[in-house]
Amino acid sequence: MPRPGFVLDVDKSTPPILFHHGEGFRLEKLPAGRSRVIYPGEPLDALDDVESAIADALANPMDMAPLKDLLTPGMKLTIAFDDVSLPLPPMKRPDIRQRVIEQVLDLAASAGVDDVHLIAALALHRRMTENELRHAVGDRVYDAFAPQGALYNHDAEDPDNLAFLGTTPHGEEVEINKRAAESDLLIYVNINIVSMDGGHKSTATGLASYRSIKHHHNVHTMEHSTSFMDRHNSELHHSNWRMGKVIADAGVKVFQIETTINNDTFGQDGPMSVLAKREWEWSAKDRVSFIGMQQGLKRLSSPTRRKIFQSHRAPYGVTSVQAGAIEPVHEKTLQHCFDQHIVEVEGQTDILTLGLPYICPYNVNSIMNPILVMCLGLGYFFNMYRGKPLVREGGVLIMTHPTPWEFHPVHHPSYIDFFEQVLADTTDPKIIEAKWEKQFAEDEWYRHLYRTSYAYHGVHPFYMWYWGSHALKHLGKVIIVGGDNRAVARLGFKSASTLNDAFEMAEDVVGPQPTITHLKNPPILMADVK
Amino acid sequence: MKALLFERKVAKYVAASVAGRLSPGKGASVGPLKLKDIDEPELPGEDWVRLRPLLAGICGSDLATIDGHSSRYFEPIVSFPFTPGHEVIGRLNDDTRAVLIPVLSCVTRGITPLCRACAAGRTNHCGRIAFGHLEPGLQSGYCENTGGGWSASMVAHTSQLLAVPDAISDEAAVMVEPTACAVHAARTVAAMGSQEAVAVIGAGTLGLLTIAALKAEASVGTLLATGKYPHQKALATSLGADQVVAPRELGRVVRSLTGAFVLDGGQLTDGVDLVVDCVGSEASLTQALQVVAPGGEVLVVGMPGHTALDLTTLWHRETAIRGCYAYTRPDFDQALALVANAGLERLLSATYPLARYTEAIEHAATAGPRGAVKVAFDLRPAAKARART
Repeated sequence: MPRPGFVLDVDKSTPPILFHHGEGFRLEKLPAGRSRVIYPGEPLDALDDVESAIADALANPMDMAPLKDLLTPGMKLTIAFDDVSLPLPPMKRPDIRQRVIEQVLDLAASAGVDDVHLIAALALHRRMTENELRHAVGDRVYDAFAPQGALYNHDAEDPDNLAFLGTTPHGEEVEINKRAAESDLLIYVNINIVSMDGGHKSTATGLASYRSIKHHHNVHTMEHSTSFMDRHNSELHHSNWRMGKVIADAGVKVFQIETTINNDTFGQDGPMSVLAKREWEWSAKDRVSFIGMQQGLKRLSSPTRRKIFQSHRAPYGVTSVQAGAIEPVHEKTLQHCFDQHIVEVEGQTDILTLGLPYICPYNVNSIMNPILVMCLGLGYFFNMYRGKPLVREGGVLIMTHPTPWEFHPVHHPSYIDFFEQVLADTTDPKIIEAKWEKQFAEDEWYRHLYRTSYAYHGVHPFYMWYWGSHALKHLGKVIIVGGDNRAVARLGFKSASTLNDAFEMAEDVVGPQPTITHLKNPPILMADVK
Repeated sequence: MKALLFERKVAKYVAASVAGRLSPGKGASVGPLKLKDIDEPELPGEDWVRLRPLLAGICGSDLATIDGHSSRYFEPIVSFPFTPGHEVIGRLNDDTRAVLIPVLSCVTRGITPLCRACAAGRTNHCGRIAFGHLEPGLQSGYCENTGGGWSASMVAHTSQLLAVPDAISDEAAVMVEPTACAVHAARTVAAMGSQEAVAVIGAGTLGLLTIAALKAEASVGTLLATGKYPHQKALATSLGADQVVAPRELGRVVRSLTGAFVLDGGQLTDGVDLVVDCVGSEASLTQALQVVAPGGEVLVVGMPGHTALDLTTLWHRETAIRGCYAYTRPDFDQALALVANAGLERLLSATYPLARYTEAIEHAATAGPRGAVKVAFDLRPAAKARART
């Protein structure tokens, strides 16, 4: 029986706590008597027979007919699937997308459906490489469809392959992939690593254009998404749900397949397994393993460390598969997510500490640049709450990460310009949005690189900054421990060499003897703050 | 009188060249520049007066000469030994103050009729700078007969004097000559018409003054500038640059601003119509050609020397490189006003007495990393070294 997540009150006997620090780790002693650590739940039991679970979901969908009854000869079928940003880290083969898609394709073949396209629903993310596509859908599917041009990346800047479907009552334009919109059936295959994913957001964002996405990927929406991990209190999701209605009203029939995975991020053996263990339960072998890993990492160059970490594949277990109509499917998915992630926490804290790992949704096989550090900390981790933020308004966020002034030139070209030009001008999300977004979003060079190379869309770094806008508005100060001083300053944050220095700096804002909460993530957890 | 004298000593010049390459400004310690007791220069003619320098700036061209970097092109248009110093505010015998307009054109050389350029008022293009009753010298400060500002006394033709109002301090007045260079550049730009975007490379004295002059004299939509050091960036911004970036960032900023594409090797497919290069180095000129638009122009305001440039881009994209040297008298009139209006006195970072000339020159040669802009000699009585920043 896996143990649920829980809150540890730190006392004098509490050992140092492991903090992620990019492609490395820190052991930090937290002040006794006023600190607490929120631990994630242990991995929930995985499904014993994933193939049967998939078959059962397709045969017994929620509020829709069985999939085989929806498949008819001569129909136009499109299968969209989540892109390389999910899950994190990537999962060991076979990827759950592959397992679902193979069964869907078997049903389609049995029904005589031969007009099938598979589309990576990457929105404004970079295109997936052949290897990444092969990892997601498997070699058999890739080899059967890609050579014929029937397996490809969504292109949000291809005017010939976008369909305008209408406008929501709020004036939000809905424009999605034309092939998907004009198909007799759109099957969306999702991985819900966190509660933000899935639902109407899969199609309304994943297959949309900038014209459409800009209506919810903006500062106003993000400041009113409290949090964007809590779909019922998230303006981001309200907007996507309104768009979902427009898509449905336009006659697009979506068969949604959502999957959830457990917290088995680092495995039960191997050097990374210690990362999932609670520090006071480390065995002598764990300690030796951790020390060895630390010393080994220190001797390696940064690119080598990055390569090692990026090659890690997580042995996640699949905890659920549900299919059918989007909304009932997603409600069930959310429940599975929360079962794994939710930890009840009593009250807010003065200081929230985060150990940021080496990976976020936008640097798979890439570099975690400073903008992504901001987004992971102030966007994703800060928003891992339900109820109210873990840290009180005006409180301090302390993150550990090396925050190198380093960018992947192919994946993140507009990020470099955003960092060098925009952040040198201002870090205020509203000013950035008003003054700079249009120029980057409509830049023909970025558009060219997005469409033909492997670059994130020109506007993407803006969204990363907006992702943190709720936190920026809420917090009194942000401190990064162990970061590149120049890069941290460009982000508008403060640098500290040690966690204790950061605590001292934080006291200028929150006063002496502040309460401290450490969100020990990953593996993933979400705080339900009472 | 005490004066710094630059003599023709080949061995010392070579030593300065080596030392200057190892450590900027070190040419002053080992080269042909020495502090000496010499006679005051004689008045070359009736219209000449004695000017007793109060402050005299150290210019980039002076540093190139002292560190042995300057081009041999100058050899026939200077005369040895000479006392450097052409950025001069001095006092006349009637106790009034004047800024020196250093170009030694036909009028100063007693040449009649005037050459075609001088007749047209383009004294900076004078075709007689090695002729007439003066020894060769493109400017005071490079001519054996006139002396220079790095001394207690020099001579000036009355046509070379710009009266300084009482309201203008010595510290402001010493900035007038370099500002006149910038004004000349800005007026050249203004004559080209309204510019959508201009990039100024370099934020030393000349770059900063050019930014100020462009804001005052030209019609520029977006004014980009490069600056290596924080104080340069802050000054460039305060003087009117819309965006100031590190030199390595300029290509990306121009690309972003103009929506250009990028070829392998970094060449932009589009760029700004005008680049004003206030450095004049091989690196800055190469960068200028990378970011200038096809059909655009690079205006070279900083003094270049021997450079190796790939000019294929110039040919293929029909870009132009144009020099921009010195000034004319109207530029000085504008410069005096600009110095006062823009508070350019603040660019004078430190002054030194002549006796500490090696320190002064090293400071000037490393002004950027030391947080300074302009360094000058203070020839006033009881002058002491002082940092103004």
